[in-house]
Amino acid sequence: MVAEEKYEFKPEAKKKIAILGAVGIVLFILGVFMAMNSGSGHGEEHASVQSLTNLVASNDQGAAAEGHEATAEEHHGSPVWLKRVYTSLWQNNVFFTGLGIIGLFFVAIQYASQAGWSVPVKRIPLAMGHWIPISGVLMLVLWFVVKADVFHWTHHDLYVEGAGYDAILDGKSGYFFWPLEAGGFPLFFVLRMVIFFALWYLFFIWIKKEMLAEDVNGGTAHWTKARSLSAVFLVIFAVSSSIAAWDWVMSIDTHWFSTMMGWYVFASWWVTGLALITLVAAYLKEAGLLKAMNANHLHDLGKFVFAFSIFWTYIWFSQFLLIYYANIPEETVYFVTRINNSPYGWIFYTNIILNFVLPFLLLMTRDAKRHISMLKVVCPIVIVGHWFDFYNMVTPGVMQKDGSLGFIEIGLAMVFMAAFLFVMLNALSKAPLVAKNHPMMEEALNHHI
Amino acid sequence: MESNKNFVLGVFDDEDVLLHAVSKVKDKGIKIHEVYSPFPVHGLDEALGYKKTRLPIAAFLFGMTGTSLALIMQIWMLGYDWPMIIGGKNFVSLPPFIPVTFELTVLLSALGMVATFMIVSDMKPYKWPQQFDLRSTDDKHIMAIDLATNKMSKQDIGAVLKDSGAQEVNDKNF
Repeated sequence: MVAEEKYEFKPEAKKKIAILGAVGIVLFILGVFMAMNSGSGHGEEHASVQSLTNLVASNDQGAAAEGHEATAEEHHGSPVWLKRVYTSLWQNNVFFTGLGIIGLFFVAIQYASQAGWSVPVKRIPLAMGHWIPISGVLMLVLWFVVKADVFHWTHHDLYVEGAGYDAILDGKSGYFFWPLEAGGFPLFFVLRMVIFFALWYLFFIWIKKEMLAEDVNGGTAHWTKARSLSAVFLVIFAVSSSIAAWDWVMSIDTHWFSTMMGWYVFASWWVTGLALITLVAAYLKEAGLLKAMNANHLHDLGKFVFAFSIFWTYIWFSQFLLIYYANIPEETVYFVTRINNSPYGWIFYTNIILNFVLPFLLLMTRDAKRHISMLKVVCPIVIVGHWFDFYNMVTPGVMQKDGSLGFIEIGLAMVFMAAFLFVMLNALSKAPLVAKNHPMMEEALNHHI
Repeated sequence: MESNKNFVLGVFDDEDVLLHAVSKVKDKGIKIHEVYSPFPVHGLDEALGYKKTRLPIAAFLFGMTGTSLALIMQIWMLGYDWPMIIGGKNFVSLPPFIPVTFELTVLLSALGMVATFMIVSDMKPYKWPQQFDLRSTDDKHIMAIDLATNKMSKQDIGAVLKDSGAQEVNDKNF
């Protein structure tokens, strides 16, 4: 069998992560100062006029056909810089929640499909799962902080007769507010959020317990139990990830809807998670760890990243093409805000280049997937690319023409990344790096493709 | 057809023995013509020192051919030969062309790869394959050694094969 391996979370690594986080905080504060100062010249008036015209514009394209009148006077909202902070916080938290939950999803997939090849790397996604409880608490707290600015549908006056009444949102109100009254506390929405995180965390604890107990006891009983748990989790995840995508991402553009959104968010999360697993595995291999892993396992991970980059593109394009061709204003509004508005247009196209063109061309050959040097180039591209993807999903819907990509967004992303890496590497150092008594270890050692 | 081709065949029962035998035989300076096995043996291609296949390059080129053919076809048809207004879009607009482009790329690269493979492996209709030993399609691995490319005598090669674990050593002449 393999020699026991342990990842040591060295002070140098901690220092690097601390520097990443500190630079992020500095950039964030700098960005806030810059945004506050640039906004002060125009003042409140500018912001509210801006948001009014934006709402009118979006309603013209969106819900005008339904006879909905734009009334934005009552939504003063926060100053632009604060809205940017809120939006960015929400976007980053949704993005990194995905990385955490994908860790558990990867492990569950391996058990459910009885995969043997992944045994040497399975502790990496497991460590990623430790982010789930943190992101759950963050998500709940953040939601109460940002809801008025990020989620248009939370405004009370949309649901009462009067100037602000919105028939479309009132029609959808049950999805948010059931069983309470529309416009009040969105019990159903918050309950779903809590239940999803609770279920994810519960299954994470259960599966982790079986994996770690296997190190001590051996045998196949723990493996079998983990497999049953994984199968149940996958069913739950299929439903919950989809609804989470509607709740946390799609409901920002409240009037707009897309049946692809659940898949789209999942695809983005999944390929980012795969890229991170591959990247961490590559770094551990270079550090002389993961002796059981060789080019064949890397090849499989690389194929995963390659294949699901294409899968993401397929989903992206399926969503785009139907909306493009049908040309219904209430659907096209989503892409109109994202392509024609000046701050987002380049991000829209960068998104496709980073997440499809580059991984597709760079990872196409067999050698590229088998060599750490190429994976270390492509995986960060994919991770950054999908951060752009989430920026593109969240920000234009909230900020309209006021949005930008500056120090605030980059700084917060770095802070989140540092926190996530710290939690993940810390968890990785707590348990043996490679399963000791995994029943499929022999298969993994002889893996050859 | 009377072409005097003389082969020595080593018949192996077990793929592990076969893998070791390949390196042993090669160490003795004997050139192996080909190894036939009823199922893929992992590591055999490396042991035999095969060069990496260039089939993916062919696939890429065929795929690119498909991409450009599809785009040229659609742009010419819908943009110039018979312009039609579909959904109020421009005559030449990229998004609706993508599905057809994708399909033709996949189709041409797949068909092209099959054709390339068949041509390279000399598989064509009415071609009767050279069967060294029919059991290589059932439960035996056959190592074929061409006497013309080796200086050693038939007996010596047979002895080496026996020594490295061959169950039988046979002759085969075409």
